[in-house]
Amino acid sequence: MPALEIAEKLSILADAAKYDASCSSSGVKKRDSRDGKGIGSTLGGGGICHAYAPDGRCISLLKVLLTNSCIFDCHYCINRKSSNVRRARFTAQEVVDLTLDFYRRNYIEGLFLSSGIIRSPDYTMEQIVEVARSLREDHDFRGYIHLKTIPDADPVLIAAAGRHADRVSINVELPTASGLQRLAPEKSQARIEGAMGTMRSAIEDGADARQRFRSAPSFAPAGQSTQMIVGADAATDRDIVSRAASLYERFDLKRVYYSAFSPIPDASTVLPLRRPPLMREHRLYQSDWLIRFYQYAPQEVSAAADPATGMLPLDIDPKLAWALRFRDRFPIDVNRAPREMLLRIPGLGIKAVDAIVAARRWRTLRLDDVARMTVSVKKLRPFIVTADWRPGALIDRADLRALVTPPATQLELFAA
Amino acid sequence: MRVVRLDREDDFDGWRSAARSLAGEGVAPEDIVWQIGDRAADLFADESLGAPPIASARPGASAAPLRVSRQFLELARDAALHSEPERFSLLYILLLRLLDQPQALQDAADPLIRRIEGLARNVRRDSHKMHAFVRFRELADDGGKRFVAWFEPDHHILRANAGFFVDRFTNMRWSILTPRGALHWDGAMLAEGPPASRTDAPGGDPVEAVWKAYYSAIFNPARVMPQAMLKEMPRKYWKNMPETALVPSLIAGARKRELAMIDQARGEPHGKTQRSGPDALVLLAEEAQECRRCPLWKPATQTVFGEGPHDAEIMIVGEQPGDNEDLAGRVFVGPAGAVFDRAMAAAGIDRARTYITNAVKHFKFEPRGKRRIHARPGSGEIEACRWWVEQERAIVRPRLVIAMGATAARSLTGRTVTVGRERGGAVVLPDGTPCWITIHPSYLLRLPPEADADAEFARYAADLHRAAESLAIAG
Repeated sequence: MPALEIAEKLSILADAAKYDASCSSSGVKKRDSRDGKGIGSTLGGGGICHAYAPDGRCISLLKVLLTNSCIFDCHYCINRKSSNVRRARFTAQEVVDLTLDFYRRNYIEGLFLSSGIIRSPDYTMEQIVEVARSLREDHDFRGYIHLKTIPDADPVLIAAAGRHADRVSINVELPTASGLQRLAPEKSQARIEGAMGTMRSAIEDGADARQRFRSAPSFAPAGQSTQMIVGADAATDRDIVSRAASLYERFDLKRVYYSAFSPIPDASTVLPLRRPPLMREHRLYQSDWLIRFYQYAPQEVSAAADPATGMLPLDIDPKLAWALRFRDRFPIDVNRAPREMLLRIPGLGIKAVDAIVAARRWRTLRLDDVARMTVSVKKLRPFIVTADWRPGALIDRADLRALVTPPATQLELFAA
Repeated sequence: MRVVRLDREDDFDGWRSAARSLAGEGVAPEDIVWQIGDRAADLFADESLGAPPIASARPGASAAPLRVSRQFLELARDAALHSEPERFSLLYILLLRLLDQPQALQDAADPLIRRIEGLARNVRRDSHKMHAFVRFRELADDGGKRFVAWFEPDHHILRANAGFFVDRFTNMRWSILTPRGALHWDGAMLAEGPPASRTDAPGGDPVEAVWKAYYSAIFNPARVMPQAMLKEMPRKYWKNMPETALVPSLIAGARKRELAMIDQARGEPHGKTQRSGPDALVLLAEEAQECRRCPLWKPATQTVFGEGPHDAEIMIVGEQPGDNEDLAGRVFVGPAGAVFDRAMAAAGIDRARTYITNAVKHFKFEPRGKRRIHARPGSGEIEACRWWVEQERAIVRPRLVIAMGATAARSLTGRTVTVGRERGGAVVLPDGTPCWITIHPSYLLRLPPEADADAEFARYAADLHRAAESLAIAG
């Protein structure tokens, strides 16, 4: 391969990395460089999005592959062996320099490094670990590092990755085992899940050791996450929600990311040519939110899906869909109902619910008061009771769905 | 009238100590003018309050220090940085109220509290965007590398955010220049500078070209959502962010790039990639054996998938497998299949050269004693199974589709079709493929006794023939 300029290589290797949805730099403890020799800090809590691309996604990390050459032939993947995309490869040193150059200019929070598999899983993992090691040890870099680990790599290398990284991840790739078999014949669900299980124990052991000995090295303090592709296999939303719930539970994941399958250059003919509506991915993220923050059980989210097709509605959010299916739980009296019931009211977010809970200790809430604490009271009205408002028969009306469905807006420029 | 002179726009500590003593004296909000620096706020002010006395002058008031919650202090510290001129006065009104009702801050429905929380929220967002959107450019001077940024905050947040940048870029020399003032860090000490202008900052940095290359490459042209981008990165910040210059061309080029990918995929000859045509169908059929997209899989024996060459010109879609097909695992092998075979022969179409499948791939039935009676699939089941039909169509890419019966027509066209009215003709599917509509062969098995069975059969065969013939005419 002729020597490419850094920018040109970056174009290829970032282009190849963009199908990983995760760009989060959250979940770490606050740290800074005041007593260090290098640069870098992390905030407690959420990360920072340093830019937004026209696809609406946050750019927080330098997200690149070390190389887009790969010995595997996964059909949904732009980097598969049989694809004729241009190939490029960074040296570990080049990625280290690029990360520091971007970080110094305040473009990024850190690095998300992944790679195609070259030669062997161990060889590839070694290269990935070397980048992280050099950043941490040679440059005392204290920004965020997320490493994609390779299921079949030597546990010693995985352990080294965990020592340097804030977060590690292994992608489950597809929601169903049969889909994985068809589209990623060299991967196996059992091996992927086995690696995630090992990772979970390593993270827990690390946290445990840190509690007992302050000097113990930290191990991926921001935990592990995974990603699955939506719309490339036959999984319904119901299947996906229950798969995600089981992954969260078994592997103590911090996040499950969804990536709507999108056409890739030089696609394999095994793949569908049509992409699923992006709204589908959005609805899945919303249902993920309901489970993680709104105290819905996974079965409850599944119950919001159409019983025959197993799909969540695209025109309304899953919380509203749930409310419309279980109207007997409504209306909810905002002056009396417990917090977990307030969280079920469509259109009320967590902040609004907490504001209501605090405010109702001081006054009996009227519709105007609720309006001041929410974005739009119109959508909530059928579902709540206040001192001066009862929805009456509104909640039982057959056309309620039409009344509360938001008008179709142009959410994406080119809807599928 | 009391005039309080605060040192700077962001002099929260000055406000705090003045407010403490004024509240202790019981001074009403309307009797105070809050002035920043030496700028005269009110020409008729009669008394200047330089260093306010701490002791309380209010009769009966206790000498104990006034106590407010930490929550209020945090809120006030943020709100005080807002560019709203009234902010110090609003905070004082709220302070007096909290001294009377210490818990009043919990009342999120109160208009004054909402207003002040709104100010604090704007300030926090401005700070957050400053952390995100400051862009340093590298300079070389006598001391080595130095990084300089030009930023235009909406509020008086510069000094309050110095700590963030010192924490992060401790071992780097940097300056942040703004129209309201400047910060300089030399690796050990923080210094403040006077208001700056854009021309004081460097005009470029060679790494920006690399960063722009990254910005273009990380963007996925298959998903353009400018509204989502603008919500978090409003245009007012763009002028100081080099990458935003690319946005218009990225959006304009996106659709073209996506279509090019699809065209390329369509135009790709079979056999070029490792698993094209025939394998793709075999793999798809294997995956379909595990299908759980609708509940019909439970009572059925197996998924009955389509059959035929991967490059067939004609794809024929029926309704669903029947009793025989469910047991055999193959399409059209029962009584309706026999009628179908006869009609195909009469129409002069070679079954072996067509791809034949069903709209619904599991047998739906109602048990009646020992028999399983065919039941019509519902729209939900058709919809659930449509995914498979679309995959089959995407792989086979037939030049013509024939829908036999209302279920098949619904699956292919996505609408309710009255077969009696539309049979014998074609509708064009969204991708341009003609879809001919005819009856399902099982219809001929259930004709009422008075019907002319031969004529009905001939009409069915003629429908098939006309469809196939259209292909020959189209060339």
